[in-house]
Amino acid sequence: MAEELRSQQMYGLRVHELKLGATREEGGSRSKVFKIGNQAAMPFLFKEGEIPYAPIIAAEVYDVPDDDWPQSLAEDLKGVSKNPVDWAAMMAEDAGADLVCLKLQGIHPDFGDKNSKDAGSLATALLKRVKTPLIILGCGQGDKDNEVLPYVSEVTKGERLLFGCVVQENYKTLTAACIADGHNIIAESPIDVNIAKQLNILISDIGMPQDRIAINPTIGALGYGLEYAYSIMERARSAALSGDKMLAMPFICFVGQEAWRAKEARVSEAESPLWGNARERGVMWEAMTAIAMLQAGADILTMRHPKAIKIVKAAIAELMKR
Amino acid sequence: MFIIGELINGMYKKVAKAIAERDKIYIQSLAQLQVEAGADALDVNCGPLSRDPLVDMLWLIDCIQDTVSVSLSLDTTRQNIMEEGLARLKKKGIINSTSADTERLEVYLELAKKYNASLIALTMDKKGVPQDKDRRLELAASILDTAQKHNFSPNDIYLDPILLPINVAQNQLFAILEAIRDFKLLSAPSPKTIVGLSNISQGAKDRSLINRSFLTMAAAFGLDSAILDPLDEPLMDSLIAGENVLNKSIYCDNFVSAYKKSKKR
Repeated sequence: MAEELRSQQMYGLRVHELKLGATREEGGSRSKVFKIGNQAAMPFLFKEGEIPYAPIIAAEVYDVPDDDWPQSLAEDLKGVSKNPVDWAAMMAEDAGADLVCLKLQGIHPDFGDKNSKDAGSLATALLKRVKTPLIILGCGQGDKDNEVLPYVSEVTKGERLLFGCVVQENYKTLTAACIADGHNIIAESPIDVNIAKQLNILISDIGMPQDRIAINPTIGALGYGLEYAYSIMERARSAALSGDKMLAMPFICFVGQEAWRAKEARVSEAESPLWGNARERGVMWEAMTAIAMLQAGADILTMRHPKAIKIVKAAIAELMKR
Repeated sequence: MFIIGELINGMYKKVAKAIAERDKIYIQSLAQLQVEAGADALDVNCGPLSRDPLVDMLWLIDCIQDTVSVSLSLDTTRQNIMEEGLARLKKKGIINSTSADTERLEVYLELAKKYNASLIALTMDKKGVPQDKDRRLELAASILDTAQKHNFSPNDIYLDPILLPINVAQNQLFAILEAIRDFKLLSAPSPKTIVGLSNISQGAKDRSLINRSFLTMAAAFGLDSAILDPLDEPLMDSLIAGENVLNKSIYCDNFVSAYKKSKKR
């Protein structure tokens, strides 16, 4: 065998271990909790170092229905997509998702302008209905997120959830809330390893422990810049394992939202007969994007289609065989 | 770069006084300050004035190990002190140092093996300090050859090309940089390289400026480790910037504080 294939790299540092969800004894109410990170090697290279936890999948659930869904999503999630609580329960119980990622799109001034109380009671209702931890995302509009998310953080205090996303220009309000309420935070950077590192420093400078930060490196779907995301993640992770604590955070990759934006996942068979069955195609687009992200080092994937989740769960089980 | 803090050395009057008076607080604060400033290990030398160097060395070791948990580099020429000191260490130690003379080298290789320590080996012998790069390489090769015969991994050898003062041997400094680069080619796995940085500015003006200029250049030639004053802030900052330039650490806007924070234990 060639020398370079035989050579193994041993590293000095591990990725921080992030805990998701708190049980009753720990001050929360989750009966399912997760640990992610803490690996001492690049993805799935078990001979090079310990990889204690498998990547997990969070089901993307929206507080308001999306009228613009492609056919396959619209059909396959038809029964539940108007009721986020049923939707979350179905994904966590039947579709095999490890946890639920609630996107509060409806608080956006242009998409419903719901208030803090609405968002808070939805989060509470979800926590009652599912056993898993939650990831809770704002709508992406800074001012509204700063108004709503701290409230949601407060009413879910002690559950050790994962809130996001904060960015370099707007991180203080939500970070402070998450520190106070015992939650974790997602730090988002625009496919830029320098900004990812900088944001982690800023967040930890105001008191957030390094093991309560997840990096959202921002990804593109298959065909839409996936390889850029891959190379950024690879670079960050290899720096982390070599000793850079400020990049040694687990990754969360928003696969569903990116994959289902791709033309290839959306266009119907009637419009593009050569591309074949639209339903299968969309599912595969999401699954392929997800599996590439696993190889890049993702610790949490957020995904949308139950069938794609099943495929990726099976792939994870296979990849985790030592 | 692996930084060994040089300040606990009896050559400094205050340290000599602290040793003589058993001033634990002074020594411990000097240890803590160096580690906080980024030292990965601390050099320990009880100095020429010590009346009982063995007792002083052991006192220093205990004193430092009580307050910080980094490796210690034992800096003494006396073999019995080295051995008793190594036996006292809680973490992997560093022997500072041996020359390339075979008799001496063999003794220290065995000592390093016995106590699982790293070994700093100076590329000089009885004939003195080399005057050119080739002689440095020759001595380095002979050190590595002896190490191999003793089954000692090059990973644990720090080759020191011996830095000479700029006002004494200016014409040799570039050859020393080249030696730092070429030492790495002498074995697989490569040996590590080290310099005692302050030597370069001995007796010169603007010492800190000279030290940091050389250090960043040496970093570019692949230097692995240096014994230096970690409390010299401009020096440490230059090194951090240098490691960014060399793509050894990932840039971010707060790169200096990021580096320091990342080093915190």
